[in-house]
Parts: sequence; structure tokens; C-alpha cells
Amino acid sequence: MPKLKLPAKSPRIDMTPMVDLFSVMLIFFVLTATVRPQEAAPVDVPFSISAKPIPDANVMTILVANDNRVFFNVDNGPDTSLKFRPKILNEMGRRYGIDFTPEELRKFEKLNSSFGVPIQDMRNYLKGKTMQERSVFETGIPIDSLDNQLATWILCTRAINPGVQTCIKGDANTDFPIVRKVLDILQDKNVNRFNLITSLEAQAVKLDEEKTQ
Amino acid sequence: MAEIVEAQGKEKGGKKKFKKAPVHVDMTPMVDLMCILITFFMLTTAFTKPKIMEIVLPEKIKKDEKVEAPKIAKSRTLNIILGPDGRVYWYPGSADDPKNPPPLQETTFSADGIRQVLLERNKALFKKVYQFNDDVLRGKIEIPRDSVQSAIRQLKKDDDTGPIVLIKAYSKAKYGNFVDIIDEMAICDIARYTFVDISWIEEDMVKNALGASGSVTSTGSN
Repeated sequence: MPKLKLPAKSPRIDMTPMVDLFSVMLIFFVLTATVRPQEAAPVDVPFSISAKPIPDANVMTILVANDNRVFFNVDNGPDTSLKFRPKILNEMGRRYGIDFTPEELRKFEKLNSSFGVPIQDMRNYLKGKTMQERSVFETGIPIDSLDNQLATWILCTRAINPGVQTCIKGDANTDFPIVRKVLDILQDKNVNRFNLITSLEAQAVKLDEEKTQ
Repeated sequence: MAEIVEAQGKEKGGKKKFKKAPVHVDMTPMVDLMCILITFFMLTTAFTKPKIMEIVLPEKIKKDEKVEAPKIAKSRTLNIILGPDGRVYWYPGSADDPKNPPPLQETTFSADGIRQVLLERNKALFKKVYQFNDDVLRGKIEIPRDSVQSAIRQLKKDDDTGPIVLIKAYSKAKYGNFVDIIDEMAICDIARYTFVDISWIEEDMVKNALGASGSVTSTGSN
């Protein structure tokens, strides 16, 4: 009996369903994507039971890294056409006698990460093209009483955007006195309502409920 | 690669007839590309938004202003001092007499540490809030969802038996402890708490307590 010979043909898998599935996933991810901005310094936020999410806009964030550097970040407002960031930088420049060019202002508007640069170094910072180049200047915003630039940043931000909310993002391992100082500066500027950025830890509540029942 | 599989039509009567053949397009490169895109979006997407915890501090009294500090009942006061290395101390009442300071008690941030101390003192309010939440969940109380929080706030406002907690931080405390203790306030439904500066009497008390425990790794005092 002769052997049954199958025609030598490479097997083909129909990829169409896979493509369909991937399309759906891709569309889902594209639509839900909110790009995670790169933080200037690694920060391990403490845990809490609070489940309130951070507001989308009108937020100024003060970031305290565990090496005691202070960073600042502010968003463009609910609508990017409001251009709060360049306006704030312009106001800062006016107060410190630095004239920022429109190009520099535009660059600042686009950079959406927190910065820890003394205003005197801001020009060089904005010239940097990559994160590494810029990070050289990140020595932290001066907060001592002689040169309290953080206070000026807060003042300018509140002048440009009166509806701004204050968020404090601190590393769990930061020394408390430095955070206390930041709180003091905020209170000097009549900001008494803060939001501390934390990550959710749901277990704490459960434990509690069991105990009381 | 894209290919067109042609079924050779049989010639019939001189007319060429082509069978309708399905057109196969090789989807593999498209799948590859999509894989890459999906991976990229998955990695850059931040699904969980960071959470925030609200705190409101009392307005600062300016130095040139003459405002009396609010009087609070000593019997209801509970002082919590955040110490170094995640230690936490507490004492009731107030420390006015440097020669005879009230005894400090050391506890921890665990569920049966400071939380038990707070819950014991705040039992009445905690039960009230718990009962209220329970009733809302079971549908015993018909209340719109957005007014639950304000109702709880009202419950807290009306409370006059719970402790008044004063949180103080020793100079070597960590920020994480500060968040932990405010978190405990939220867990235990403490109605009245605030953050105040530590006095030198209390600093001495902490120093003594640290000296007594004898396991202080960080030397050098402030």
C-alpha cells in the first residue's frame, strides 16, 4: 500500500481573532491611559485608609524626598489653554529679576514633572534635553528663611490660580521636622487645608470592624 | 506575506471562470505591532490614582496678634508624642510642672497599640458612627449617598465625651508616623484632634523615656 502523502504545505493560523482581541485591548488602554509622569525623586508614600482620589486639576504638589530635598509641581489647570504653568513661572521670574523667554516658558509648560530647582538655576534646567541633564540642577527648592523660594512659588501659584489645592507628597522615611517646616511655610501663606498623598491600605478598617463586633 | 490563493478555474467552453477565493492576508506583523503597543500602554498607564488624606490645621496665630489659646478640659485631653524609630508615647492631661511630669506610656502603631488607647476613650462616638454606617448599609436609614459624610461630620461635631487629642512630634520622628497617627484618628473616628508643637517639658519626658528603655540606637540629643 502506498503511503498516504499529505501535500507539503506550511500550516497557517488565522490571526484575525487575535487581531480583533488585541484591537479591543489596545483601544481600551489608549482610552484609559493617563500617562504616569516621571517623578524627579523616588518617593515611598505612606499608607492610609483614605480612599479619596486626588483631583484631576488645580493641584499644586509639594514633594519631600527622603534626602530632605523639596520639589514643587503645579498643573496647567483644568484646561491646558489656561496656561497656568508658564504664567506662574513668568511671575516668579518677575519677582526674582529673571526674564524668561517665551521659548523657555513653553518648555516649562510642557515639562509636567515636579522640579526641585532654585529659580536661579531654572534657565539651565530648562536647557537640559533629557532627564539626566536636568537632574544635575535638582538640588531642592530653598526653604530656609533667608531665601524662601517655596513660599514665593506658593504665593505666585495662588495669585495665578486661586482655586488651587495643596497636596503634600512625602516619603514615609522623611524626617518630620522638614515636613513641619513645609507645613509652617504653607500656614504662613494662609493655607490651612492640606491633602497628604498616601496609598490605600484597606486592611486596617477590616481589622477594626472585627474587633468591635 | 500576503498571498492570493487562486483556485485554478476549470476551463469550460472556452470561458475562463474563477472560483471566488478567500483572500488571506498575513496578520502576523500586525499582531506583533499591536503586542508592542499594548505592552507600552500597559506599562505607562497609571491605573490607580494616588489617594489623598485631608487634614486641616488651625490657623496660625501671628506673633503680633494677641489671641488667647483656646481652653480645653484637662480631663479630656490626650497627648500623643511621636518618638524616634516608630515609637509612640501618650499621656492624659497636660504637663505643666517640669519637676513632676506625668508618666509617659509607650505603645506602638499596631492594631492593639495606640488604636486601643484611642478606641477606649472614644467608644461612644465610635459606636455611634459605626451604628450609623451599619444602618445606612442595611437600608434602615434612607439618606442620599452624598450626605452620609456630612451626617457623620455632624455626629462628630455633636460629640462631647470623646478625647481631645493633641499630636506632638519629637524632633526625630518620621513623616510616615505622622501620617500613621492621623490615619488612626480617621480609623477611630476621633472628632477633635490637632497638631501642636512639642514643649520642652515633653521633650525631656521623651528623652527620659528613651534613656530608660536603654535601647536607643541613635545618640545625640537636641
